[in-house]
Amino acid sequence: MEALWLSMRLAACVAVILLVIGTPVAYGLAFSNWRGKFLLESVVALPLVLPPTVLGFYALVAMGPRGPLGKLWIALFGHGLAFTFGGLILASVLYSLPFAVQPLIASFEGVDRKLLDASAVLGAGGLRTFCRVILPLSLPGAVTAAVLSFAHTLGEFGVVLMVGGNLAGVTRTVSIDIYDHVQSLEYGQANRMALVLLAISFVVLSVVYAVNRRVWTPWAAK
Amino acid sequence: MGGEVNATMLAARIRKERRSADASSFVLDVSIEVSPGITILFGASGAGKSTLLDCVAGLARPDEGQIAAGGEVLFDSARGIHVPTPKRRTAYVFQTLALFPHLSAEENVAYGLTELREEERREQVEAILKAFRVEKLGKQRPDKISGGEKQRIALARSLVTEPRVLLLDEPLTGLDAELKASIVDDLRAWNAAKGIPILYVTHSREEVDALGERVIALDNGRVASTGRPMDVLDAPRRKKLAQAAGFENLLSATVLDLREADGVMRVKLGDSACEIEVPLGYAAGDILLATEPPRGLSARNVLDGRIVSLEQRGTMAMARVDCGIAFIVHITPGAVRELELTAGRRVWVVLKTHSCHLVE
Repeated sequence: MEALWLSMRLAACVAVILLVIGTPVAYGLAFSNWRGKFLLESVVALPLVLPPTVLGFYALVAMGPRGPLGKLWIALFGHGLAFTFGGLILASVLYSLPFAVQPLIASFEGVDRKLLDASAVLGAGGLRTFCRVILPLSLPGAVTAAVLSFAHTLGEFGVVLMVGGNLAGVTRTVSIDIYDHVQSLEYGQANRMALVLLAISFVVLSVVYAVNRRVWTPWAAK
Repeated sequence: MGGEVNATMLAARIRKERRSADASSFVLDVSIEVSPGITILFGASGAGKSTLLDCVAGLARPDEGQIAAGGEVLFDSARGIHVPTPKRRTAYVFQTLALFPHLSAEENVAYGLTELREEERREQVEAILKAFRVEKLGKQRPDKISGGEKQRIALARSLVTEPRVLLLDEPLTGLDAELKASIVDDLRAWNAAKGIPILYVTHSREEVDALGERVIALDNGRVASTGRPMDVLDAPRRKKLAQAAGFENLLSATVLDLREADGVMRVKLGDSACEIEVPLGYAAGDILLATEPPRGLSARNVLDGRIVSLEQRGTMAMARVDCGIAFIVHITPGAVRELELTAGRRVWVVLKTHSCHLVE
């Protein structure tokens, strides 16, 4: 159960951080007319196609005592970043980035541009328009982003193994725990954990689909 | 408009070029002055009406020109002034209305009132909803509100902010005439006290007649004419504008003889043998049909022809008549029955000189 709790904490931290980081990134990608936009789009989507071990490998190198991030971390906090919970969060944020950014972009782009014009004409600047019009109308997208990054982080294996290793209570997440149990032929315990993950994944996806059918958004068109 | 800026007028001199993907370019090049009250901006679609409004509101940036309203310069290419949209205080009601779907009618109207205290804001919202007769709908979301009432709320939302100018882009499309008239009456009543310039875009001839005020006619990015609806639309000199204004019969003609003393000219229509007196552009509803040669008529032009086709169009019938040149004639279904009009029947087309207009 310790592993499950750790995974939950990790996934929750990652989901919150990704909402905070992902929102401005998605806003920029949805609304700017910058020519080089496709480059940023590719970078954001990279974790979708990259093997987790590749991402994990580079994250590990960057976080190691001789990597730029590792050096900075040691200078700031006196200890390394690799094989810590913080390192795990950082790698997971990178790994789940597209799962937060892409639903946000889709919902921002779905907002009728005339509403943005109407807001501007009524005296609202960019920030006010964002808070009062774009964000409320993109709520399903934001929920999808949070839920998907939570679920994706919960189930990750390769990146965690590369960056976090397998330290009980620090970096041993539920998927690694399952792997451990299977390695030691403890199929019963592996099954219990696997069932919990399966149930959580199902609930999470149901939430995403329900929200996107606008089951819970009161202003939905009939 | 020079250096001075009139305190109540909207004055705009705008040049804006737009290139589309197929390399065709469109140039909006206009200079207009709009005094307080309703001014109609009329023209076929693609004439540049919406682009002009977008430039005034700051949603589009002209390549060159000046825009001033309410005594303040909003845009001046020479001086590098481009006041951003939120600071222009130009109210703009779009054809789609763009009411915020997640906010109630009240919240929509209060949206632009950020600088007021809560209490004042509520008072103003209540007052303007009342002025536009929608005070009972304050708590409703837009999707629960009917057409007509939505338009009223959109107007209220724009006007509550005390704008310098009101821009209306076909805001009453799709409403019946009675409803339109009552909304326009409420708008006039509101503006009687405020006296701001209102630029009302439409491509509907009926709406122009109903509003009956000053008209600026746009054609292909230029001001084709300005004046009262009668003067602008009854003598449309440009073909596109003439079609938009409802002149279905646009004929080419050769002048045979000009008799200035009588105020008429004899022309030959197209390559046909028809000769009539006057200049050209007939509304299909202004043409009479007779089943025998008419006698003792004041109309000077009677042409002999044959009905080519006859079709029912809503509450009227449309006949194509070949007199050597084709005319489109609108007649009532009753007349079709009574005169036993059918395709192939010989008829006489009667043209009134005064319903004929010279069109370039």
